[in-house]
Order: sequence, then C-alpha cells, then structure tokens
Amino acid sequence: MTATAPAEPNDRMLLLAVRRGDEAAFASLIDRYHPSLVRIATLFVRDYETAEEVAQETWIGVLKGLDRFEERSSFRTWLFSILTNQAKRRGERERRIVPFAALSRPADGDAEPAVDPDRFIPPGEEWAGYWASPPRDLVENPERALLSAEAQAVIDAAIAALPPNQQAVIRLRDVEGWEAADVCNALGLTATHQRVLLHRARSRVRQAIEPYVEQRAVLADG
Amino acid sequence: MGDTDVMNCQEFVELVTDYLEGALSPADQARFEAHLDYCDPCIVYIEEMRLTIGAVGRLSERDLAPAARDQLLAAFRDWKRTA
Repeated sequence: MTATAPAEPNDRMLLLAVRRGDEAAFASLIDRYHPSLVRIATLFVRDYETAEEVAQETWIGVLKGLDRFEERSSFRTWLFSILTNQAKRRGERERRIVPFAALSRPADGDAEPAVDPDRFIPPGEEWAGYWASPPRDLVENPERALLSAEAQAVIDAAIAALPPNQQAVIRLRDVEGWEAADVCNALGLTATHQRVLLHRARSRVRQAIEPYVEQRAVLADG
Repeated sequence: MGDTDVMNCQEFVELVTDYLEGALSPADQARFEAHLDYCDPCIVYIEEMRLTIGAVGRLSERDLAPAARDQLLAAFRDWKRTA
C-alpha cells in the first residue's frame, strides 16, 4: 500500500452510494478493507478465526452506525474505532484478548539498541562507536532475495516475536501503510514514542533479514 | 546526542528512523548526512532498513479473499430492507 491519501475521496463516494443502498459499493468497501481489518484484529485477539469474526462484526457495526457517522473523521479511522470496540467486547467475553493498554505501554524491548553493541569498537579505543563488524555488501538483487519463502517466514517470525506495542506500530505503519499521526491516534501514543517503537521494530526485522541480503563471507580456513 | 560534531556509526544506526521520518533537528540531519558521505557500511545499513520497510510492506499483498463476502452482502440486504 503506497498511497493512502488518494483513497479518501473514493471512500467517501462509496459511502455515499452505500447510504443510497448500493450493494456494489458496500462490496467494494469490503474488498478494500476486510483483509486489513482481519490483520489488524489479530493484534487484539491473536487467533485467525476470531479475528475474521471480529472483522465481520465490524461491518455489521458499520451498517448499524451509518446513520450516525458524520464524516468528521475519515472512514478508515471510523472503521478502526468500530473494530477496536468489537475486539474489546469480544475479549471481555472470552478473556483472551491482548489488553489494549499493552499496545501503548512501554515494554522491555523499547530501550534495546538497534544493533548489538559488540559490533562496534568499544568506548575508550580509537574509533570508538565505529563498526568493528560492519554489514557486508548487499547481494545482487536484495529485493528478490527477500521474496523467497524462507525469507518471508523469517520476516513473519521476526514480527511475531516483537513486543505487542512494537508489533502494532510496525504493522499499522509498514504493513497497512498508515500515517504516523493515525497510528498515534489509534494507539494513544505520542509522536516520539511511536517513532521509538517503529525504530525498535524495524531494527529487529532488519537484523533478521541480514543473512538474505548480505553477501556471504568468503570461506577461509581459520 | 553526541558531544562532538562528528557522528559515529553507533549513533547513526539509532537515528536512522528519525532521519527517514524527517524528525531530526537540522543540526543532527547535517551530521547524519555528513556521516553517510564517507561511511560505506552505514550506506549499506540504511539500505537494509529501506529493504526491511519494503519487505514488511509486501505482507499486505498476501491476501486472503474475504471469506465472509457473501454473508456480509446478505446482511447488507437485510439492513437495506429495515433501514
């Protein structure tokens, strides 16, 4: 998802048509947002089936609330707020939700360095803080290298291993393509904290892709 | 950040996201870009961050067809009848 902004007028037009009872317009909104709703719901419920149900309930919520929606916020923002309410309600019923607060609360990993300090020349030495073990040159076509099933699985695993707050931020920003301000609003984060979480999350995923994008060291005997 | 004008690699890697987000002060941005001018490993590093962002972004392409489409459209028809 590159351009999120140009989609806005289109949403509004679709919404107008939905209000007039246009089924195709509702289908277009579903096609546009349902996969994203399911993915975002998994941030809260961590179980694909439940996420799918929460996403479906969200659409029912859209129909029920359509009369009251005054378009002071974007459709997407409204949709997300319905989703979080549905997810919370579901979590209260089943008591297995990821607490919403966990998505904005500082976690242990927030203060971790982007790169293992051992890879830099230690303090006190000449060139302290410069690479001791620098990244190797990139392979010929690193984008293609990252498309392999193995690399994709490694990226998935790296994201899944992140603390909930970092995972929420990297998924909303980099998977769903949201603007920073929208993520701050949705998760109740300050701009600075949002950037810190994004930085930790991206840094950890970067670490995971190193073996796929860097040339292998020349094999030497000792 | 650093107490000298010169940015080292360890500081650089911590400021990459702020740089990409356009959140650095003008002074830090100048120090950051000066570092990039001479440090080849950090050029690789920032490129790896860009590759990371691109690869994570492609996860949205792995889409499942909405399983519930027909069900939701039926709900829409109900809503239309009662609205």
